[in-house]
Amino acid sequence: MKEARELLNEFLDSGHGACPGCAMPVILRHVFHILGKDTVAAITAGCFGTISGIWPNSPIKLAAYNTPFASAAAAASGIRASLDMQGKTQTQVLAVAGDGGTFDIGIQALSGAAERNDDFLYVCYDNEAYMNTGIQRSSATPWGAWTTTTPAANLKNQPKKDIVQIMAAHRIPYAATASIAYPEDFARKINRAKSLRGLKFIYAFSPCPVGWRFPSEQTVRLARLAVQTKIFPLYEVEDGDRFLLNVVPEGLPVGEYLKPQGRFAYLREGDLERIQENVDQEWKRLMARMA
Amino acid sequence: MKKLLTGNSAITYGVTLCRPQVISAYPITPQTTIVEELSEVCADGRLQAKFIRVESEHSAMASAAAACAAGSRVFTATSSHGLAYMHEMLHWVSGSRLPVVMVNANRALGAPWNIWCDHSDSLSQRDTGWIQMYCQSAQEALDTILQAYRLAEEVLLPVMVMVDGFFLSHTSDTVDVPEAKAVDRFLPPFKPRYKISPDEPHTFNISADPSLFISFKHAAQKSMEEAKKAAVLVDREFKARFGRGYGLLEKYRCQDAEVVFFTMGTAASTAREVIEDFRRQGKKVGLCRLRMFRPSPMEELVKFFSGVKKVAVLDRDNSLGAGGIVAQELKAALYAAPRKPKVYEFIAGLGGKDITPETIRETIEITLKQGNPGSHPVWMGVQA
Repeated sequence: MKEARELLNEFLDSGHGACPGCAMPVILRHVFHILGKDTVAAITAGCFGTISGIWPNSPIKLAAYNTPFASAAAAASGIRASLDMQGKTQTQVLAVAGDGGTFDIGIQALSGAAERNDDFLYVCYDNEAYMNTGIQRSSATPWGAWTTTTPAANLKNQPKKDIVQIMAAHRIPYAATASIAYPEDFARKINRAKSLRGLKFIYAFSPCPVGWRFPSEQTVRLARLAVQTKIFPLYEVEDGDRFLLNVVPEGLPVGEYLKPQGRFAYLREGDLERIQENVDQEWKRLMARMA
Repeated sequence: MKKLLTGNSAITYGVTLCRPQVISAYPITPQTTIVEELSEVCADGRLQAKFIRVESEHSAMASAAAACAAGSRVFTATSSHGLAYMHEMLHWVSGSRLPVVMVNANRALGAPWNIWCDHSDSLSQRDTGWIQMYCQSAQEALDTILQAYRLAEEVLLPVMVMVDGFFLSHTSDTVDVPEAKAVDRFLPPFKPRYKISPDEPHTFNISADPSLFISFKHAAQKSMEEAKKAAVLVDREFKARFGRGYGLLEKYRCQDAEVVFFTMGTAASTAREVIEDFRRQGKKVGLCRLRMFRPSPMEELVKFFSGVKKVAVLDRDNSLGAGGIVAQELKAALYAAPRKPKVYEFIAGLGGKDITPETIRETIEITLKQGNPGSHPVWMGVQA
């Protein structure tokens, strides 16, 4: 594994427009580094589509194609088909989308591509809301979070979708969660995905200082706390049924993760306990599926 | 070789002859038999292509567009709600300057539900930047597919080929299917000037800021204008090679016509016998069929109609609150004409209602009889 600074400017130049402390460029630099030069990326609307340059300048040094919001997976399927017809079956195809482009508007195309088991890697960077348009709730926003469409008086009152299990239920060859706080685990998973044929789904946790209201130097720390508090378990699923836990978390209280974030500043009395209960229940549910 | 083919089968033959490498499609009546037959052609190896069986029309166009950007000749087909569902992608494809070719089997849009023919589906996509061609016969549909790829790849704009749902898509006619070798000479393999490739990495479709965006759109406009000339040349070359040409406007018994019946699609073939009846009565009536709707052949329309006294426009569509779209287009073109005909507007055949010889006869009789057109279009066959 190379050091992080060696990945800087390798395939994603420092000229990109991401906010300070954004996890997404770190995620994508890891993904690009492992997939390598012989890759074509389909990019959808969202933070990445927005930060990746103004014509004629692009910070992306891989072949890349922007496609409208709902269509990351469909575009990747089209690129795959075209490359295969040209005999370029070894070229990696990558779809990149945020949580809105994956959980919400893009889920139909993603489900279609997963059912067909088209051969590409889909990476979702989840910053848990529509951050690019200014922090509106998505179906990936956690219960109790403030956003501009779930204001203090009406915080998000639904849990987030379990996207990994939704994808695993399509029986795709590989689905895994990934965190930039655990780079070796992250890199191993991208390598595993790269080695398999069919649709691979990587679900990468992407702390957002602007939308979550925390200081920008805390990104990696929060990514780690999400794993340690069991809020973001690191696991993988092969062929839809072989579940494997990759990191055994310390089981820190959820408050350790929630309190540094301004978006959780409006929780009422008893909410913290309720979140802890939910996390513990979800953990049990997940552990019941482990091999 | 001559075959008895439905409009949709003729299209399948045409598409197969063009050798697209990627087909991506979703079923919708009355287009469905095209993708069914193309599935078979791909499965039995008559066509070397990947067929992506997508979960929606939005994905059909998104994957076809991306495959085209990656360097493949592509095809898809749709109708009605499917076309409407693609709307966002239609803009994206023309903005990306991708030579995608699509067939739309014309069908009404609900509500209420209706699976039968009218032109409101494709005409409501008129501002999406696609070249639009409306066919009248199965032969023309096949030939127009061949021309569409040549044209699209020359001017880097997508082409939509229209056939009237059921009236043309599902009726059979004798069709001369060209030899594959002759088509290969007319339409060489797709060699894109730009494509997504790891060998030469570029980012496609990134943001263009307000100082630049208008220049991209202006460049596309210039290409649309070129498309008009290119379409004439492609049609001329096609005629030289295959013996059949169609023009942007098709004219019938128009040399001395004082009144011209003007429409698109299969209503034009019904109109021929009606025109003959009027001619037998000594009335100087002719027929003009608009084959290319976008880019609008404005100069040709002005040139042709400035010698005509009256025109009866039959629209198989209606823009609520404005009237028939073909009539609006014609009137806009005629604004520049030194001598203008009087324009009589008729709305007929919505949602598959038959446009019979009697319907057409009535529109022409109204046009002949009335000194001036009414202030609103006349709706034909509406229940009281």
